[in-house]
Parts: sequence; C-alpha cells; structure tokens
Amino acid sequence: MKKPLFTTSEWNFDLIQDVDKVLGDLAAEFGLDTYPNQIEVISSEQMMDAYSSVGMPIGYSHWSYGKQLLSTEHSYKRGQMGLAYEIVINSNPCIAYLMEENTMTMQTLVIAHACYGHNSFFKGNYLFRTWTDASSIIDYLVFAKNYISKCEERYGISAVEDILDSCHALMNYGVDRYKRPYPISAQEEERRQNERAEYLQKHVNDLWRTIPKSAATDTQKNAPRFPTEPQENILYFLEKNSPLLESWQREVIRIVRKIAQYFYPQRQTQVMNEGWATFWHYTLLNELHERGYVTDGFIMEFLQSHTSVVAQPAYDSPYFSGINPYTLGFAMMSDIRRICENPTEEDRVWFPEIAGSNWKETLQFAMKNFKDESFILQFLSPKVMRDLKLFSIVDNDEEEKIRVDAIHNERGFRKLRENLAGQYNLGNREPNIQVYNVEVRGDRSLTLHHYMHNRRPLGDSTPEVLKHLHRLWGFDVHLHSVDGNDIKQSFHCQQHPS
Amino acid sequence: MSYIIDRRLNAKNKSAVNRQRFLRRYREQIQKAVSDAVNERSITDIDKGGKVSIPGRDINEPIIHHGQGGYNERVLPGNKQFSEGDKIARPQGGSGQGGGGKASDSGEGMDDFSFTLSQEEFLDFMFDGLELPNLIKRQLSGLEEFKTVRGGIANEGQPGRMNIVRSLRSANMRRLALSGGKRRQLQELNAELAELEKIPESARDLIRYREVLELIAKLERSISKIPWLDTFDLKYNLMIKQPVPRSKAVMFCIMDVSGSMDQATKDIAKRFFILLYLFLQRNYEKTEIVFIRHHTSAKEVDEDEFFHSRETGGTVVSSALQLMQEIIKDRYSPEQWNIYGAQASDGDNWGEDSDVCRDILVDDLLPGCQYFSYIEITNNEHQALWSVYESIQQQYPDVFALQHIRGVGDIYPVFRELFHKKVA
Repeated sequence: MKKPLFTTSEWNFDLIQDVDKVLGDLAAEFGLDTYPNQIEVISSEQMMDAYSSVGMPIGYSHWSYGKQLLSTEHSYKRGQMGLAYEIVINSNPCIAYLMEENTMTMQTLVIAHACYGHNSFFKGNYLFRTWTDASSIIDYLVFAKNYISKCEERYGISAVEDILDSCHALMNYGVDRYKRPYPISAQEEERRQNERAEYLQKHVNDLWRTIPKSAATDTQKNAPRFPTEPQENILYFLEKNSPLLESWQREVIRIVRKIAQYFYPQRQTQVMNEGWATFWHYTLLNELHERGYVTDGFIMEFLQSHTSVVAQPAYDSPYFSGINPYTLGFAMMSDIRRICENPTEEDRVWFPEIAGSNWKETLQFAMKNFKDESFILQFLSPKVMRDLKLFSIVDNDEEEKIRVDAIHNERGFRKLRENLAGQYNLGNREPNIQVYNVEVRGDRSLTLHHYMHNRRPLGDSTPEVLKHLHRLWGFDVHLHSVDGNDIKQSFHCQQHPS
Repeated sequence: MSYIIDRRLNAKNKSAVNRQRFLRRYREQIQKAVSDAVNERSITDIDKGGKVSIPGRDINEPIIHHGQGGYNERVLPGNKQFSEGDKIARPQGGSGQGGGGKASDSGEGMDDFSFTLSQEEFLDFMFDGLELPNLIKRQLSGLEEFKTVRGGIANEGQPGRMNIVRSLRSANMRRLALSGGKRRQLQELNAELAELEKIPESARDLIRYREVLELIAKLERSISKIPWLDTFDLKYNLMIKQPVPRSKAVMFCIMDVSGSMDQATKDIAKRFFILLYLFLQRNYEKTEIVFIRHHTSAKEVDEDEFFHSRETGGTVVSSALQLMQEIIKDRYSPEQWNIYGAQASDGDNWGEDSDVCRDILVDDLLPGCQYFSYIEITNNEHQALWSVYESIQQQYPDVFALQHIRGVGDIYPVFRELFHKKVA
C-alpha cells in the first residue's frame, strides 16, 4: 500500500497540483481528451460574482445580473443556500473555479468533475464542436463588454439598458439552429463591426425605399411576402431588417444573439453534460481509492456528497423540482457501462449493438454524437426506468382528469422513453415562434406566427415580451397562435414608441 | 497540463456595478420598501442596513413560454401506486403540469424579491432627495477648506505635474529658433552642391566643391549640437489653492418631555429626532446640533441625555424657545450661522404661554432662522399651541412649517415632507 496523497482536509496549492497530475494521468488512461485546464481558486464573494454573470468570466453590465447577485448574496448570507462547489467555462484553456472554502476532498471531486468531466465533454460533443468556439469566446466577451460600455458612455446607460432588456426577453429566439457561425478574433470582430454598421444602414434603407409606384394597389395581394421564408431567428431578423434602429443598437442585438448561441448547446445537453461529468468523477475517484492514492475517509466524504448530488426526490416529495439531470445522466452513463460489461438478456434484446462491447468506446461514442433528446431516445434502458420508477402522465384540458399513460413495465417502456426524450426537446419546450410577414408597403407592421404544439397556448408574459419586440421593431407587432390553419389566439402591440 | 492560479486576491466586487444598476433601476420601489422598514423598526436599529423586499412582479424579466392548457405529457420519477390507465384528479391551486417550475411567472402567487442592503445604501435611500432648506448664508470661515484648481502653466513645479505637451512644444520652438539661420544656410549650400554635382567632374570647381562639402558638414554638426530638451523648456501645470466658502449651520432639537407626553408619544418624538440626527450626521457633517428638552423649564443637554433620560414634569413651551434664543445670542450669531429649529410636542401647553411662544418666535427667532419646523404628536383635538403656530405659518410660509403626526407610521413621511428638496 502506498502512502496516500493527503490525509487531512486542508488543501494547499502543492496538493492540488499533485492531485490534478494524478487525475490527469488517470483520465488519459481512460481515454478522455481534454483542453488544457486553468484552475482558479476563488473566494465565496468571487463565486457570487461569477454566479451573477451566468457563469461568464467577463460580462457586460446589466441590472439583471445585479438582481441575481443580490438574491444570491441574500440567501447565502442567511444560510438558505450553499454555493456551487465549482463553475466551469467552456473555453480553451478550460477555466474552472474552485472555492477556497472547499475541503481537499471536495477540491479533488471538483477537479475530477469539472476539469476532466465537463472539459472532455466540451471538447468532444458534436453540438459544442459545431456551435461554439472555445478558443475565441473569451476574446469575444471582452469585445462585447468594451463595446457595450462604450455605447453607455455615448448614448447613456438607460438607452443601452432598454435595448438589452428587449434583447434578453427574446434571447431564446436569437439562435441559429442550422447554420454554423465561424469563429473570428476580437480585433477582427471590431474591424468588421465598423464595416457592418455602414453596410447595414444602407441595406435597411433599401428595403424601405418609398419611391411611389404606379398601380401599386392591386399588387398588394400578390406581392411576395417579406421575409419570403419564415424566420425563426427573431433577433437576427431584427438586427438585419428593423427599420428604425441605429447601427450601435444592431450591434448590441448581435452581441446578445452571439451569447445566446454560445449557451445554446449547454441548454440542449444538460443531462448528458452533468451525467458525463458525474460519471467520470465517480469513476476517477474510485480508481484513486483503488490504487491507494486516497484514504477511506476521503471516499466516505466523497460518497456522502456524491449521493446528495444524484439524489432524486419522488414526484410527491416537497423537495421535488423536476427530474434531476445529475441523477438521470449519471444513471444512464453508469448503465451504459453496465450493459457493455455485464449485459442481461433484456439488454441484449434492447441494445444488441452495444451489449458486450468496449464500454469506454461506447461511452465516448454516446458522449460525442448525441444531445439530451436523442441520447435518451437511444440509450435509456428499462433498468434505469425501473430504478427511477418513471411514469408518464397526460394532462389534457379536454379531459376531466389527468391520465397515467405509461409506467415502468414491459408495455410502457417505449412510450416512457419517447415521452421523456420529448421533454428534453427544446423544440417542444419552447413555443415555436417565427417571423411570418412584414407589411412592407403598408403600415410596416411585423407579424409573427406561433405554431402551436399539442394545442398548448402561450403564457401570461407574452404581451410583455411583445412590448420589447415592439421597441426593437418600432412599428406595430402582431403575434398569432396558429393551430393548423386556424388562428386560435392573437396578441397585438400597437402602442407608439415613447 | 494544468495551470493553477490563485485568484483570491483579485478584486472581489466585480459585480458591484451590476448591483448599482439594479438599485438605480428600482430606486422607487426600494425607496418605498425602505420607508416601510423605517416605520417598522425599533429605535435602536433604525439606521442598520438589512433586508428589504420589493414586489417580484415589478422586476420580472418576461420571456415567452407555454401557458397552461392544451395537451401535455410529462414524465415523473418515484411511482408508487399508479398503473397504466389510472385517472388522477387535477391538483387544486394551479396545475403543476406543463410549465414545470414556471408557476411563479404567472401573476399573483409570486413571492416578493428580497435582498440585503448595506447600511450605507440603506441610509442613502432613506435620506435621498432631502436637504436642509434655505441653506444660503455662506462665508469664508478661515482655514478649514481649500480646493485645488488648475491655474495655468508655470515654469517651475514638481516633476509629477510636468506638462509633457507644453514642454515638448517649447523645446521644439527653441530648437527651431536656434537653428533657423543655420538651416537656411544649409539649404542654400545643398542647392549649390546639387548645382555643382550636375557639372561633370572634370569641369567642376573642385575647390569650391570641397569647401561646400566642408561647410555642410560643419553646419550639420552644429545643428545637431542644439540640445533636444533643455531644462529651460520644462513646463508644469500650476495648481493653486482656493479657499471654499462654507455654510455653517446649527440645528436646535427641542423636545417636550412633560408629564402629558406618554411613553408612546415620547417614543415617536425620539424617533423623529433620531431620523433628523442621522440625516444631519450623514449629509451635513459639520452641522452643529443643540439638544434642548423642556417641561416647565428648559435645559440644554447632550445627545445621550436627550435620547435616554427620563425626566418629567409640567409644560411651559416658551421656556425652550427662550433658551434657544439665549443660546443663539451667546454662540450662534445669525449673521454667520444658518439656524434651524425642530420642535416636537403633544401640543399641550400652559394657559397663556402659547401667546408668549408666538411673541418669541415672531419677534426674535424667525427673523434669524432659516427654517423652523414643528411637529405635533397627538391623537386628540389640537390645542391652543397648534392654532397659534398655524397663524405663524400663514405669516411665514417659507421659514415655518408644521406637521401633525398620529402614529409611528407618519414619522417618516412627515420627515420627508419637512425636508424634501425643493426644486428652485
């Protein structure tokens, strides 16, 4: 038995370095491919700062981050909540924050979880590879922060705040789902921004050219719609086509849009990402223990915190707040390993192609090529459904009662799996809203369509959001909820800009 | 390869600006929350920072999401008793389905947004927009305050104040001036040289040619010897001290502690004066405060005694005004001082004393006073003192104010009313 790396709970920089080295070697042994790590030790106040900027290391100033900070501070100081042990940023090098209050065990856990788990996920998963560029994000954030503070100096804090508020309200609709942006550096971004400003202003004016045309009246009906195809990226549409915005306002929209795009993969891979990181901290730390690098006390402390991370309260528990992504992800990842190593008869029927295969390769494959929705559809096994005692309910407003339509039995597994996967489909979760038409020759009003899914209506805050949309567009805004060919509900915002 | 960095020594309030933005944006709501808090708090921690809540709906950031209704499927963990096909009654009070955690976005049932203000911020909000009215008498009071202002450019000064642009400009001028004649000669010689070089070497006047070359070399040497920067060139920003006129102000706090003031009334009066005291301490550091308490006779006391002593007796209001007048005569000449008075009483007074009060106020005090405020704390009918003071108020609407307080809840609003900033 060799001497453990550490025996007390106090940490110091040498220890962290040693532990990181050992974990790094182990991770490489397991075939994890990572960006270099930048581990930063911070205090709890700094952690609260990091919290408030939604995990971005550098953010522009906005009151909503202040609101976040105040509420975190308030609950933390009153002991109502603890802070996360770590925050990790999808950048190259991968930045991970460790809190100075953590014990050495927790630091080890966090390094395994963030610096090797999340890190390899960021580097491997196809969504992150396609949609985000880890090496340029920090540069871009610096550019954004400087640009916005320059705008504040020039146009006043309130003017910038108004635009940002409106953009934030539409942030989820500022994402390209199909087209991949390509990365550019901050200087390049700045140079281009100037070109863009000039070009855009001309381009927009062209769309609105108002040279009178003879016999324009009867073309009204036959005139092609603008945009010719419905647009799902509303912020992009506004940036390019909104008639009244100044060029700096377009640039602010663009910044918010870019940041939304950067977070888009994270929203689609929560279960996988957390599951992957949890699976690897669990595997790596147990390996550490097996090889005698750490003591039994360490493993007890680790298990205690690991268990609370992956705890899943039942649907009727007061602590229930949806399915815990850590639990589901960890259960599925561990289950894939189990299916590879010790497949049962059931597994051979359900997963003929992976039962008995090399577990490391299979996991890597799963991590690289899926997002939450497809991952669940592909890999959720009957065993996990049984263990979590999943059941599916239907709440149909045309029926008086809620119906249980599948439970964890032979008949229900496939249905359950489909429903659960659907629950992680962003397309289902977020209302599908697209820019439908602009009254180019009329009152310049903007019409959007909400394509209803399962007859679900829009929520109460929709009129508020329309006001923000109105601010960005400058003319009347109409939103119709469309089911098939019928308009079920309409929202209008016709106030004049103040 | 990993890098490990200790960031703990970095600035920790990276988000402070965002916090300020939030406070700025919700100024009105926070101010309201603060004024509620002031009324609820006990006297001792009235000036502490602390928890404030503002309505959550005001600070909501709207996003588009699904509302209730339609066809929803949801997968839940922890099944204990259900089998396929079971029907369950909808839970009352907002369906938990669909929005999943969005319940709080939907209007009413929403919690307030609570957060903690520091003491500094709390007081800022508490006294925001308040000022001492008519603070006009200013004078040069000697040595205390100076402000440094820029006073042009000087030839001497400390290195830290060196004006680089001016220094270099003057060096440039000097160089040009000193080398002007030589440069002109140099130019002429260069032209001549060029002429000479056009002539083929055989026909050239070689003696002159050599002479010209020599002269050029000599001139260039002597131009390059002119120093680039001379001590003579250095210019400095001149800073001069200007004395600042300062307004001297004194506030007289007059509190009735007679027997008719019951404990609750005294408590209210004390709260009022504590607010006044905090306000002055915070916004007018150098303001002097004189505490006077009276029953049948008045007495000047210190702050501690003013707020804590428990003396009591009958009531003669004029005694306090008289004392105030004496103190003014003694120590605070109205020519030099901005004089303020704040009086709190339950309105109970000795028989004809109210008329005496009026005489003192109108004849002696008000002409020298910037502002005199009177608050009456009572739930009963007003007595003689109030009507006397009311008539004074009509005579001197600018410098005399009176307000009526019924309960604890009125204190802060009345306080704000008395000292709110008047837009000129």
